[in-house]
Amino acid sequence: MEQSLTGWGGMNPETCHVFRPEKRRALSEIIACKHTDSLIARGLGRSYGDAAVNGGQGVVNMSRLNRMLAFDPEEGLLECEAGVSLAEIIDTFLPRGFFVPVTPGTKFVTVGGAIANDVHGKNHHCDGTFCEFVASFTLLIPSGEILTCSRDENEDVFWATAGGVGLTGIILTAQLHLMPVESAYISTDYTQCTNLDSALEAMAATDNDYQYSVAWVDCLAKGDKLGRSVLMQGNHAPADALTGARATDPFAVKGGLPKVVPFHCPSFVLNPLSIQAFNTAFYAAHPTSTGKIVDYNQYFYPLDAIHHWNRLYGKPGFAQFQATLPFESKDGLVKILERLSQSRRASFLAVLKTFGEQNDGLLSHPMKGYTLTLDLPNRSNLTPFLHELDTILLDHGGRLYLAKDAVSTPETIAAMYPRLETFKTIQKRLDPKGVLTSSMARRLGLVG
Amino acid sequence: MSTDFHQSVVILGSTSGIVRATAQAYAAAGYALVLAARDEEENECLAADLRVRYEVPCHALHFDGTDVASHEAFVTACEAALGTNPTGLILGFGYMAEQEAAQTDIAEVQKMVDANLTGAISILERFAQVFETRGSGFMGVLSSVAGDRGKQTNYIYGATKAGLTCYLEGLRVRLFKANVTVTTIQPGFVDTKMTYGLPLPGPLVASPEQAGQAIYRAVSRGKDEAYVPFFWRYIMMIIKAIPRWQFKKMSM
Repeated sequence: MEQSLTGWGGMNPETCHVFRPEKRRALSEIIACKHTDSLIARGLGRSYGDAAVNGGQGVVNMSRLNRMLAFDPEEGLLECEAGVSLAEIIDTFLPRGFFVPVTPGTKFVTVGGAIANDVHGKNHHCDGTFCEFVASFTLLIPSGEILTCSRDENEDVFWATAGGVGLTGIILTAQLHLMPVESAYISTDYTQCTNLDSALEAMAATDNDYQYSVAWVDCLAKGDKLGRSVLMQGNHAPADALTGARATDPFAVKGGLPKVVPFHCPSFVLNPLSIQAFNTAFYAAHPTSTGKIVDYNQYFYPLDAIHHWNRLYGKPGFAQFQATLPFESKDGLVKILERLSQSRRASFLAVLKTFGEQNDGLLSHPMKGYTLTLDLPNRSNLTPFLHELDTILLDHGGRLYLAKDAVSTPETIAAMYPRLETFKTIQKRLDPKGVLTSSMARRLGLVG
Repeated sequence: MSTDFHQSVVILGSTSGIVRATAQAYAAAGYALVLAARDEEENECLAADLRVRYEVPCHALHFDGTDVASHEAFVTACEAALGTNPTGLILGFGYMAEQEAAQTDIAEVQKMVDANLTGAISILERFAQVFETRGSGFMGVLSSVAGDRGKQTNYIYGATKAGLTCYLEGLRVRLFKANVTVTTIQPGFVDTKMTYGLPLPGPLVASPEQAGQAIYRAVSRGKDEAYVPFFWRYIMMIIKAIPRWQFKKMSM
């Protein structure tokens, strides 16, 4: 059906022809492209920009192809269809002692989307990206053929698809290693850091003691307080660390009904003053503390508790900017934070973390260094401002994350991803007729 | 494995969206299941899904509602798979032709009658015998609100479903004496392939999960009739109350 689609950021709506197959056979018919010239697969629509939008063309909503096919409890190996969400995996397997090995800040993403964006979580510095835990997947390519891809079979396609934003084919099923855990809880330590230097020092000194580490940054703080942060680090709590009711059932968590933002708020709701007030309160509410036990939802998914939180930004939407810089480019990080603070573009969400080694994913984002993520309301000429940040990033050897990007240019992305040409060669081989494309692919020249 | 599962259900037509969700509700409640459908590849996926998610025995069997000659063997196959006769049955298969096609092509009408009436009655009678002899059981059968009143937009399909609803009315009375419940399920709009893309007002459309849960609850309580979602009872009450002279002038 005809449907107006955007990414999670809500910018630039485009009308797309959306298919929602309920059977696998229907998918083979869709990829034969009888009704549209081109297609892109879409999961739960959590990419921020236009990665899963295909203006005027076909979009395949994969949410109904969400069957779990096999589970081996010895290996913790799950085989499932691409439309299965991380939320479904957690609901099913946490009571049996398994958690998702890598999770972004929302559990409402599909396995297919997690592979296509090679997502990362707060544990990248020690565990790497989502695809590190993917043993294999099957990929439907435009010829109608189904390729099995792993590190041993069709290896080049595996690494083109990991982070390849859906342009190599439609992921049908995946085999994924889940992570054994003893409880549904995370033991967390909070550290207040008065400025950027102290935050980076604290991360460098202590990240190795924690599986999960992330810093919340107050990006309105200026001068010697620039980069004022709360470092939030944690490990899965062992069963014997729990007390009371939690000790009796270490996998049970209290589930309140999620709150919902029912409509788009006026866009002035999130403004520098309201965000400054929030930041001050957040900083004060998180004094340095150790050993606090919180459930996985509170630690990993605070925003999932508010459905449609993206509507807080109003109709114009917002852009998420995620920049990754090598460790030696700390001054690039400082410049971005300074530029942000000067411009009074408050970011409601600003987080900083360190990444470990990059993998072989041709367009996979994470690389060794710092990564800074900002949400910026779409107002006062946001695009030129983001291009300015892109330039700072480029000058310092950094790169953007395709899952977040909504406004960048082909030149910028080509300079940031030196393996893009290799990607395009493989993409062309899999899709000689150019059936797979998206608004993002056209905007950034990722195909053809 | 199946010894731990005291209750079991046979789900006919398991590959449709609403029925899949109904099967899910039974699996979540700890029933052993037989999923029965024509599309074997799809059916095996669905059975695997319930085994993995709910750790219940779930068998995928081939079943064609319109192949009435195979129905007796199917009842035996269910017993063999479950190790016993099932506690109850959900029937969710059916066929809906486009109204215009049905008006011009009698073969389309025949297909609807074969599936929605002949096929349904054939398999229900066989299980009715099993449940009646045993003196217990439940049957939940998906009919349609289209059978409540003939509308110009789908009265041929509606006629087959009205026939099914009438059949269930009588079957219910007969099986009541044998302690077997018969629930007529009247689904309104549910967000599946059948309604996808139709310009329907969002609040009137239930998710398949909501519909599946509602069907499971209604059948478990042995209700005679259940509209899913419940407010369709009132919508249909109003539609049925419109006088004929007025109804003729409407576009429904």
